[in-house]
Amino acid sequence: MNDLELLEFRISRRAFLGGAAGLAFSFAFGFPTQTSSQTSSGRLNAYVSIAPDGTITIQQPVAEMGQGISTGLPLIVAEELDADWRQVKVVQSGLDPAYHHPVFKAQYVVASISTLGYWTPLRMAGAQARRMLIDAAAGKWGVPVAECTTEPSAVVHKASGRRMTYGEIAAFATPPATPPAVDAKDLKNPADFRLVGKGVPRVDVPAKTTGAARYGIDARVPGMAYATFVRAPVRDSGPLSSNADAVKKLPGIVDVVTLEHGIAVVGETYTAVNKARKQLKVEWRKGLPGDGINPDKDLEQYLGDGRDPKRVGVEWKSKGDPAKAMPGTAKTVSREYLNDHVYHAQMEPMNATAHVRADGVDIWTGTQAPTRTRLDVSKALGLAPEQVMVHQQYLGGGFGRRATVEASVDAALISRAVKRPVKLILSREDDLWAGTFRAMTAQRIEAGVDAQGKIVAWQHRVVGEPVGDFVYHRGYNKAAKDRDTIFMMGAELPYYNKVDHWRSEHIMEPERTRTAAWRGIGAGYTKFAIESMIDELARMHNIDPLAYRLMHTDDGRARRVLEKVAEMSGWGKPRPQGRALGIAFAEYALFAPKVASLAAAVAEISLDRKSGVIRVHNYWAAADAGVAVNPPALAAQVESAIVWGLSSALKERVTMVNGVVQQSNFHDYPILRMAEMPDIKVEIITGAAPVPSMVGELGVPCTAPAVANAFYALTGRRLTHMPFTPERVKAVLSA
Amino acid sequence: MVKFVVNGQEAHSEQPADTPLLWVLRDELGLTGTKYGCGMAQCGVCTVHLDGNPVRACVTPVSAVQGKRVTTIEGLSPAGDHPLQKAWVAEQVPQCGYCQSGQIMQAAALLAKNKRPTREQIVAHMNGNLCRCGTYNGIVRAIQRAAKEV
Repeated sequence: MNDLELLEFRISRRAFLGGAAGLAFSFAFGFPTQTSSQTSSGRLNAYVSIAPDGTITIQQPVAEMGQGISTGLPLIVAEELDADWRQVKVVQSGLDPAYHHPVFKAQYVVASISTLGYWTPLRMAGAQARRMLIDAAAGKWGVPVAECTTEPSAVVHKASGRRMTYGEIAAFATPPATPPAVDAKDLKNPADFRLVGKGVPRVDVPAKTTGAARYGIDARVPGMAYATFVRAPVRDSGPLSSNADAVKKLPGIVDVVTLEHGIAVVGETYTAVNKARKQLKVEWRKGLPGDGINPDKDLEQYLGDGRDPKRVGVEWKSKGDPAKAMPGTAKTVSREYLNDHVYHAQMEPMNATAHVRADGVDIWTGTQAPTRTRLDVSKALGLAPEQVMVHQQYLGGGFGRRATVEASVDAALISRAVKRPVKLILSREDDLWAGTFRAMTAQRIEAGVDAQGKIVAWQHRVVGEPVGDFVYHRGYNKAAKDRDTIFMMGAELPYYNKVDHWRSEHIMEPERTRTAAWRGIGAGYTKFAIESMIDELARMHNIDPLAYRLMHTDDGRARRVLEKVAEMSGWGKPRPQGRALGIAFAEYALFAPKVASLAAAVAEISLDRKSGVIRVHNYWAAADAGVAVNPPALAAQVESAIVWGLSSALKERVTMVNGVVQQSNFHDYPILRMAEMPDIKVEIITGAAPVPSMVGELGVPCTAPAVANAFYALTGRRLTHMPFTPERVKAVLSA
Repeated sequence: MVKFVVNGQEAHSEQPADTPLLWVLRDELGLTGTKYGCGMAQCGVCTVHLDGNPVRACVTPVSAVQGKRVTTIEGLSPAGDHPLQKAWVAEQVPQCGYCQSGQIMQAAALLAKNKRPTREQIVAHMNGNLCRCGTYNGIVRAIQRAAKEV
């Protein structure tokens, strides 16, 4: 997969950073080179079409999975186009290089960098279309272009009092064969923004209240059969033998298709398929590394490896020389933290509909990775990429689960085998059984402090399996020199800039689990370790945990989120009996400190000591994600990520026996429910950073440490193993 | 053959009697607004009304709806303008949106019987409906907003 590899290697910083240097190159948007997007007259460039009735159609290239991107990206185009937002119609674009994300060189949504990545290209696209409208109007009037300006959806010539709407221009103008190049001077001054930063309702919301929104699972193709797919329980395994011949004879069953990595049951109705699937008996190939996964035992191994000075890790990030500085510190403290595997539990089980024809294949699915869907399906079927049409649908949750595309590949293989269109739907049980999980890790942090308790040196080891090879392709990690972003995200202290010596490393364990990008990726556990450790060091030196954090940073943005959340939560003021507060801070950034999102959070909890149940009553978060394109949607994403993080911190856990997942549905993989919700307050801070930065996962990292630190404040005990299940809480209390 | 009424119109199913109503609605009748999430009444995304009461369509055999009235999200209001639907838009509740048909149908059953539910009554009534995007607090706000209108 050339298009998706090596995230960090492909970053073109100047495309993001804005400012003079960032915009000193020009864009020349042409038209899509392929025919997958709907074409229409009045097309000004890949993103903008204007009809004589004034309707402005804006193509949006990214999967909508609830993050609000189908509103946010078009809003950026509309801003520079100077469009009347009420006249804008948003269309999900097809696949085309014109819509590629500048980092991924593909249409792909992961890592919360859609808005960051498309920000400058879409401003340019809007500005270019506006320029073409001005050119056309000026030409018609016979006045200099420089004398013309725009108002929402109209070009005006103030000197003569003339005015032409964009629709009127579209009625006569022919776009030039070569669209004009635009550069920084064609862009608005952000102070003049009318749409960005003001807040508009999301365009996808109304259809999501009437049942009209179409998800992958809703695709219907005439003549289609239904299928489910039973994937081998262990990575790289497959069926050795099965009773497929008997299952084939069951009522309503069309075929049972045995593939290398699993078995598909295909039938005339999904109910027939489900019934037959329950009769399917498979013997799976043994002797694979995954057969040895037993998490409790494995974590013991990980802890041992983390303590072993002979183990050499792969450095993730560092500053100064902590190995040299550590021996000279007044005191050193070591602590260990653990986290289990967790499942995405996206509400829409994995599915895809495929129709393999003589000359190609159509795929209907909701995917974070439509370009990869095209490439992987074409490879699996031996077709050219252009022969694969991907019809993007809404995603019933992405969260990283829909960043891989095996459902589409499987559906295509099954459709080819049965020579019919096929809708493949995994049952919840098969979705969990074949789930891809956030890595399990053991972490060890050693901190050296001076006589006043200030951190001088810091060593952070994260022990676990690399993730990149499974998420992308074999050889990914080697090509990336084992720098595994998904695994190591967050294992760094860029904003505690008064810590002079720190280093983080990945102690690599053998790969054997189906691992995944899972909302928050590595930062969901690395920040748990870091922020728990920092809290413990503060308490150890009788320094207030907020003051202790502020003591270690003079970064203005970092201090601002911390001070804001302290103000929001009433930090330092007395709480009701039986309640306590915990605080945490985390950046979420691939390119820190140049482009980074920052968050600080405070959790207020109580505890039922008898049952061991932690109750989170209040949760306050202050978030700075740079330019807030659509502030209410940004706040909603932060809140969503907080709920996600609290759910994983308190409840979620996948266990395995000899590699086989032990959970099967929501009764034994519980997620946070309404009755368990805290009141959540989010404040968005803007003004300090010139570009939009990462939002979708920003709320996750603070959740577990904020709760664990509140637990300490309440009980004097540390929770060091996520999730904080009642059993673990009771064990910690009685230890 | 099972005969029943869906969203005010007569309908019938040719499927075996034990076929879950969910798949009859979605695949036989083309009403895909009702979603599949768990198949065992654990998540609530398939919630519809049976003679006005909220049920999980994934565990309701089609034979159980013989002669009864089924209402799905598509039939909750003529133009998608039930007070709850309007409140859901006003509060910008949905994110991925997949669970929201079930949430709205569950909430509609509450407001039909209790026009002024307390927060505790709302939470107790809605607690069986999961939302992985964590829109729960927005759902409560939307129900409270709609309750002022009905």
